[in-house]
Amino acid sequence: MQIEGRSALVTGGSRGLGAALGRALAREGARVVLIARGAAELARVVDEIRAEGGDAHGFAADVGAKEDIHRIAGAASALAGPIDILVHNASTLGPTPLRLLLDTECEDLGQVLDVNLLGPFRLTRAIVGGMVLRGRGLVLQVTSDASVNGYPTWGAYGVSKAALDHLGRIWGAELDGTGVRVLTADPGEMRTAMHAAAMPDADPATLADPDAVARRLVAIIHAAEAIPTGTRLEAARWTPPRPQPMAVGAAFPAVRR
Amino acid sequence: MKTAAWPREQTEAERLLVVDPAAGKMADFAVGDLPSRLRAGDLLVVNDAATLPASLQAHATDGAPVEVRLLGPADEGQWAAAVLGAGNWRWRTEDRPAPPSLPVGSTLTFRAASDDAEPLRATVVAVSEVSPRLLRLAFDRQGDALWSAVYRRGRPVQYSYVRAPLALWHVQTAYASRPWAAEAPSAGRPLTWRVLLEARRRGIALAAVTHAAGLSSTGEPALDAALPLPERFDIPEETVAAVRRARAARGRVVAVGTTVVRALEGAAEAGGGDLRAGEGRTGLRIDRAFRPRIVDGLLTGVHQPGESHFDLLQAFAPEPLLRRALAHAEQEGYLAHEFGDSCLILPRSL
Repeated sequence: MQIEGRSALVTGGSRGLGAALGRALAREGARVVLIARGAAELARVVDEIRAEGGDAHGFAADVGAKEDIHRIAGAASALAGPIDILVHNASTLGPTPLRLLLDTECEDLGQVLDVNLLGPFRLTRAIVGGMVLRGRGLVLQVTSDASVNGYPTWGAYGVSKAALDHLGRIWGAELDGTGVRVLTADPGEMRTAMHAAAMPDADPATLADPDAVARRLVAIIHAAEAIPTGTRLEAARWTPPRPQPMAVGAAFPAVRR
Repeated sequence: MKTAAWPREQTEAERLLVVDPAAGKMADFAVGDLPSRLRAGDLLVVNDAATLPASLQAHATDGAPVEVRLLGPADEGQWAAAVLGAGNWRWRTEDRPAPPSLPVGSTLTFRAASDDAEPLRATVVAVSEVSPRLLRLAFDRQGDALWSAVYRRGRPVQYSYVRAPLALWHVQTAYASRPWAAEAPSAGRPLTWRVLLEARRRGIALAAVTHAAGLSSTGEPALDAALPLPERFDIPEETVAAVRRARAARGRVVAVGTTVVRALEGAAEAGGGDLRAGEGRTGLRIDRAFRPRIVDGLLTGVHQPGESHFDLLQAFAPEPLLRRALAHAEQEGYLAHEFGDSCLILPRSL
């Protein structure tokens, strides 16, 4: 999918992968709107992108709060035009250090689902109708390998991401044929504040750089039309689809007589 | 007629009165039946404007409280707005006290949002000749900061017949995009994606315009008489092409709401009868003398004589038929206003 001249909304845009994605999409010529709860941190990322010549906006809001959803959708399309690319990157681990399900409060599980599952669902609902009407658009959900592996102490987060994966499959099936695509991508383990909060003892040298992962995700967005809608993919293992072999007729265009 | 005081859950089950001016007949349906009243080759055009949180509480320099209803960005980063006096939506607009005089140069200070230390301020930069309550405002900030301040403080505009405070999600259509509308483009409110995609499966095309739907009432006679004010619209290339295709297929162009009629017919008038893509502004008034060039029929609310919407409908159906339809709707218990039932006025729909 074309990125240049399109408008892109990235949640969780003030740090880590979200900020890196904002920078990467702006470099590709997108008008970027970043969403995060902290206004000051968000403004720093926006200023940094603008200083590079990028087109960026920030809107401080909480994707986990129902009353913020239409504020995000409205302000973003006022600032950057109707949204073409929607990236659900924001997510929460819940309380850290991570804990056993037996020690997880119901309210904490609820709050994790609000941010990681209901937030993306609500925001997609608020934005994707306009995309269907225009006949184009991409929703990219950021997931985790915790959605497919039952890691002890990752219960709330893992459950929310497993549900998000399936949400992506069903969105994909329901929107098939409308021109709007839905993809879910696992970025892998990165050197981010979130990773440090979950696994403080991890060796940073073994973790990927968020900017490098953002570049891979941008390549995935570019190739989105060649990826079946509803697909969940692992960014680290994904390779760009090879160009289709040219049809014989196309290789030897008819000579005008 | 009875009024719908709150959005209903099952919008597809809301009533749809189908009026066929070609046959001079009418019949009762539900909103979910809309696709069955249209044919392959027809075109349904919606207004994809999202609804602004256009109502903001403020006070004038002397402390007098006012409610500011934003009409949307005007030129040079300024905003058009109507001001109402003290009180809130629970009062009938015509019962509200007049706002204080707000000459050019006066300042409005907006009630602080809880998370925001700096109060939002605006200066009056122009007062309309139509009414001293119609202003042009210059805010003390622009861009990200202004949109953030408006979305933090604003609420949907609403009227006294609505039961409780509305949230922003109550006033959005299923396909809302840019926030241009001061009030919801409500004809599209009951349309679900099931209905829209079923229409598409039946070969009925969908297209959009963006139209800055304005206020329906301010309570001030001079200003209300001037409504609708000239409003901004944007017609995409794709919609112009879709209208052309519908014409070629002898399909009908069906506007979802009077704002779509105004946008399409206003653009056609500006183009000398030719529908052209692009942004514009239209003050076109449509009444019984108007001959539509683009639109064949419309989906709309149930509008009563005396409303400007009722005048507009007479461009699509003769007055006696419309009055008969209204009497029928009244007798059958149809509900009026923006959360009420719907009416499709379209030739050869029955």
